[in-house]
Amino acid sequence: MWAMVQKEFRQLRRDHRTVAMMIVMPLVLLVVFGYAASFDVTEIKTVVVGPDAQAAAERLPAPFVVDRVEPASTREDAVATLRDGRAQAAIVTGGQPQALVDGADLFAARAAVSALRQAAAQAGQPAPEPEVLFNPDLETSVIMVPGLVGVILVFIGVVATSLGVVRERQAGTLEQLAVMPFRPADVFVGKILPYFLIAAIDLTVITIVGNTLFDVPFRGSVLTLALGATLFLFVTLGLGVLISTVSQNQGQAIQLAFMTVLPQILLSGLLFPLHSMAAGVRWIGYILPLTYFIQLSRGVMVRGTPIDALVLPLAMLAVLGVAVFGLSLVRFRRDLAPSGRTRSRAAEESPTVPAGAR
Amino acid sequence: MNGYGVTDLRVRYRGREAVGGVTFAVHEHTIAALVGGDGAGKTSVLRVLAGAIAPAGGGVRRPDERRIGYMPAGEAVYRDLTVEENLAFSARAYGVRGPEAARRADELLERTGLGGARGRLGGQLSGGMRQKLALAMALLHQPELLVLDEPTTGIDPVSRAQLWRLIAGAAAAGAAVALATCYVDEAERAATVAVLSDGQVLLDGSPEEVVARTPGAVVDSAARLDPVRSWLRGVRWRTWSPDGTIPPGAARAELDLEDAVIVAELARLGHGTGEVAA
Repeated sequence: MWAMVQKEFRQLRRDHRTVAMMIVMPLVLLVVFGYAASFDVTEIKTVVVGPDAQAAAERLPAPFVVDRVEPASTREDAVATLRDGRAQAAIVTGGQPQALVDGADLFAARAAVSALRQAAAQAGQPAPEPEVLFNPDLETSVIMVPGLVGVILVFIGVVATSLGVVRERQAGTLEQLAVMPFRPADVFVGKILPYFLIAAIDLTVITIVGNTLFDVPFRGSVLTLALGATLFLFVTLGLGVLISTVSQNQGQAIQLAFMTVLPQILLSGLLFPLHSMAAGVRWIGYILPLTYFIQLSRGVMVRGTPIDALVLPLAMLAVLGVAVFGLSLVRFRRDLAPSGRTRSRAAEESPTVPAGAR
Repeated sequence: MNGYGVTDLRVRYRGREAVGGVTFAVHEHTIAALVGGDGAGKTSVLRVLAGAIAPAGGGVRRPDERRIGYMPAGEAVYRDLTVEENLAFSARAYGVRGPEAARRADELLERTGLGGARGRLGGQLSGGMRQKLALAMALLHQPELLVLDEPTTGIDPVSRAQLWRLIAGAAAAGAAVALATCYVDEAERAATVAVLSDGQVLLDGSPEEVVARTPGAVVDSAARLDPVRSWLRGVRWRTWSPDGTIPPGAARAELDLEDAVIVAELARLGHGTGEVAA
């Protein structure tokens, strides 16, 4: 038995990735769950509009944090502010005061509703019932399905793509592809296009099923979501190829894919609201592509956010896409065009052997 | 230089030199074999020749990539595609389409004996069948340069013979065939041989030339004559006598390529001086 134990330890010592997964992952999970796993909402970004905005803003209790006071704005402006994701709650003054809450931000909305009811009870006077927009019944499925769309695209992009490419490397067929008359871009695109199409079909199916089965609305533009999903897929497929270029076998690829997918699920705002996370881990969320896709999908589907209010997530996905996809293309090319076969065919046919050599 | 090949080739992997100045040529209508043990540098030379890796130095002469057929070491076929689908992919990749692709695939399936396994998945084939399929995939577009990395390693004698018929057929049809093998008897069928050891060419020329250049004498005996310079062939011992003397109890042996390769390796290791110990 000791022979086995010794052998296992010797093998483990050389398998840095598994050791990292066994030792570093628990630490990471501890930190993430310690600092990020919080449903508590301590601040609700609020906009106050209407003629009495200034006075109402001053009376507003915690956890409402007044972000903007706009006496000249109307209820329509307040709704637009919530729709565009610029605030989580709005107080409309002038006449009977109204409290509007963004139901797409589930935890903030629940906190806002309970805080408003509590404030009304303490004041001992009848206060208007807060009006929850976009997700009036505060249903979890309404915000989870758009997030899930992102998770599935991550899975297809990162896991399926990296496995598909590593399988070629493991079987030795990647080397064969390298000498076949394909340009590296042909192999690259040919390799990821099927995954891209499957992901696009998945996206459509989930959206339709979410809509019919769980009453998840689709209020915004299909084109905006399609654009966001395309950019997001570029990032995830790029990540998949990148993982495959640093993995020798499918086990390694799975490990790396797991390490890439898990933080995205935990820190993207899918499960725990980003604004509730400690600043020390929140910044990680802001470099993850899923964060921006979830902002986009929830915005488009649940709130009907127009494209001009989604410039930031779209731009971030584009930047991440260019960076990750570009890097993966460079690394993939290095695998597939080792002999500098990018040069012209004419040069290819000319001998590179010095004249007079053997 | 006619034909294809590498000149003064250097290959490095992570700073370690795998090939240090190898020149190897292959001409049309002929087979050129690279012989050597594990780690000798055979695969590296072929990978550069096929264009799978970049050399660290030296020259490479090869045709356009559409006219190269490459069979890497290890059964490089798609295990989740059928035999027919594997061939169809190869045909399309090299621009062979329509009835012509079907005709060539049929012909190769028949010649490899894989006709009955058309619909079987690559993963369901035996090792030998996979090697034959890989060779068929490399041959389908009728390449001018055929690069085969240990095409017959680890397969049964009947399959080996079938593979060799295909390889010889490709050379007869005009292809320049460069192949690596660890079986010296196979290398004897090649027009030229380069014996590699530790990333360098130990010997090269036609098998007859290589054998003829063996220094000293090789003797045959029933007993082992030297602790270092003797090797077993069948049930008899061969011993290299660097100065050509025939020790008592031994007779001069009929040399073949295998003996020549062993002698060259012994000489490289510095065992070429002194008398036979026994």
